[in-house]
Amino acid sequence: MAMINSGEILQTIRMIDQQHLDIRTVTMGISLLDCADADVQRCAEKIYDKITRSARDLVRTAEEIESELGIPIVNKRISVTPIALVGAACRSDSYVPLARAMDRAAADCGVNFIGGFSALVHKGATAADLTLIRSIPEALAETELVCASVNVGSTKSGINMDAVAEMGRVIRQTAALTADRGGFGCAKLVVFCNAVEDNPFMAGAFHGVGEPERAINVGVSGPGVVYHALQDMQGQPLDAVAETVKKTAFHITRVGQLVAQEASRRLGVPFGIVDLSLAPTPAVGDSVARILERMGLSTCGGHGTTAALALLNDAVKKGGVMASSSVGGLSGAFIPVSEDEGMIAAARKGVLRLDKLEAMTCVCSVGLDMIAIPGDTPASTISAIIADEAAIGMVNAKTTAVRLIPAPGMQVGDTVEFGGLLGTAPVMPVHAESAEAFIARGGRIPAPMQSLKN
Amino acid sequence: MRAIVTVIGKDAVGIIAGVCGLLAGQQVNILDISQTVMQEYFTMIMLVDTARCSLPFGELADELRAWGESRGLSVRIQHEDIFNAMHRI
Repeated sequence: MAMINSGEILQTIRMIDQQHLDIRTVTMGISLLDCADADVQRCAEKIYDKITRSARDLVRTAEEIESELGIPIVNKRISVTPIALVGAACRSDSYVPLARAMDRAAADCGVNFIGGFSALVHKGATAADLTLIRSIPEALAETELVCASVNVGSTKSGINMDAVAEMGRVIRQTAALTADRGGFGCAKLVVFCNAVEDNPFMAGAFHGVGEPERAINVGVSGPGVVYHALQDMQGQPLDAVAETVKKTAFHITRVGQLVAQEASRRLGVPFGIVDLSLAPTPAVGDSVARILERMGLSTCGGHGTTAALALLNDAVKKGGVMASSSVGGLSGAFIPVSEDEGMIAAARKGVLRLDKLEAMTCVCSVGLDMIAIPGDTPASTISAIIADEAAIGMVNAKTTAVRLIPAPGMQVGDTVEFGGLLGTAPVMPVHAESAEAFIARGGRIPAPMQSLKN
Repeated sequence: MRAIVTVIGKDAVGIIAGVCGLLAGQQVNILDISQTVMQEYFTMIMLVDTARCSLPFGELADELRAWGESRGLSVRIQHEDIFNAMHRI
């Protein structure tokens, strides 16, 4: 082998074979701005046509790349313009028909999720934004593949607390309408602060208005590879650990860059970004929590967890950023509880709690993610959790998100099974003390100072 | 296109002959081979050229995999780009 030596070839194969290295998602962003129509049914037809026309070769092309490079591309997905913008011209009090069109288009393209049933209301809501938000519970209950998101805050504009209050109720309604499936609808609904326009990951993906007509965005994965790389680092100082994570992240991201370039070239769609993320799966050996424990914590969620995660998150970015010509999306280690075998175990033990998860989101991507809470949690408490998380994002100028599942009829100690990549969620306790009066105030939390940063 | 074929598994008589025969049958040219046996564990890496291959790449990969599985071997073919991307700047 003139170029590549045998050791390197076998290392790559071990990463794929034994350490769960994969490309988590190839997501095509599609602008639907030209689908606006006064008639909601006509708008839905245009949406269906545009998506199926734009993405008809996406799955086949991704599968070809998968086969040629010999690396799994786990998900092929589509993100679209926030539907509140597309639907604004419709004379209709519901955008559920638009969600159905997205769902049909996604199924016909063969993708496993489509994101963008979204509204951006960080400073205030238009009539269309309110129509979209009201449509979310029914839209998520009636469709399989559609994901919804609402951006309720930003560093520049503060937090829209009316929207925060409303989202608490919307999450409860969505859970109620999908109660037969453990509140599954809520697994497809994200509430953001500082949402990004080029995120390839679900459920929060949408194709922002600053994006081109179409774009290919790729999310990489690889907690298993990082975990494995730290096997030989026992007792070494943390700067050595950080160096190893960086090198590993570089390797992982290079593959993401290659896949993104190839998909972009073959589809004739501009390459957008590679999202430098450590995205866990429920599979044993593919957990972010286990990486933190390998650094020396006895259980993820104990003291030291935030520091270990800060190191991991930063090293992943430092290693990944040189490996790709264009980095974006959410870029950081994810901590979705139900999708991470080690997080599930730590939550079951009662060591990993909501308060610690909240602290962890200060130093990583993205937020309180895929967490089941008791089904009788009041809407105002859910809103208060969203407000806390949005405040962290707003003040720290980072993206934060909340994806909570108030599992109908379930209590702490119960477990919700979502199956597949969405995993298993042990129902976690929330504080019983009420935030009702705080949330009922509504209004806005003003944008924070950007100097005097203590 | 240049691709890397890897064969990993327990050593046995005729592995190289079998893989080479299969590749030759599909007009795949072998450019380089390296092979070792460590503790009865057989590892062969080939650099091949598939430009004249009669099968689509995916089907060639399936055929190699199936041939390997019938003998308890892991046999795969991957575009060399993935290794270049991962290990070379």
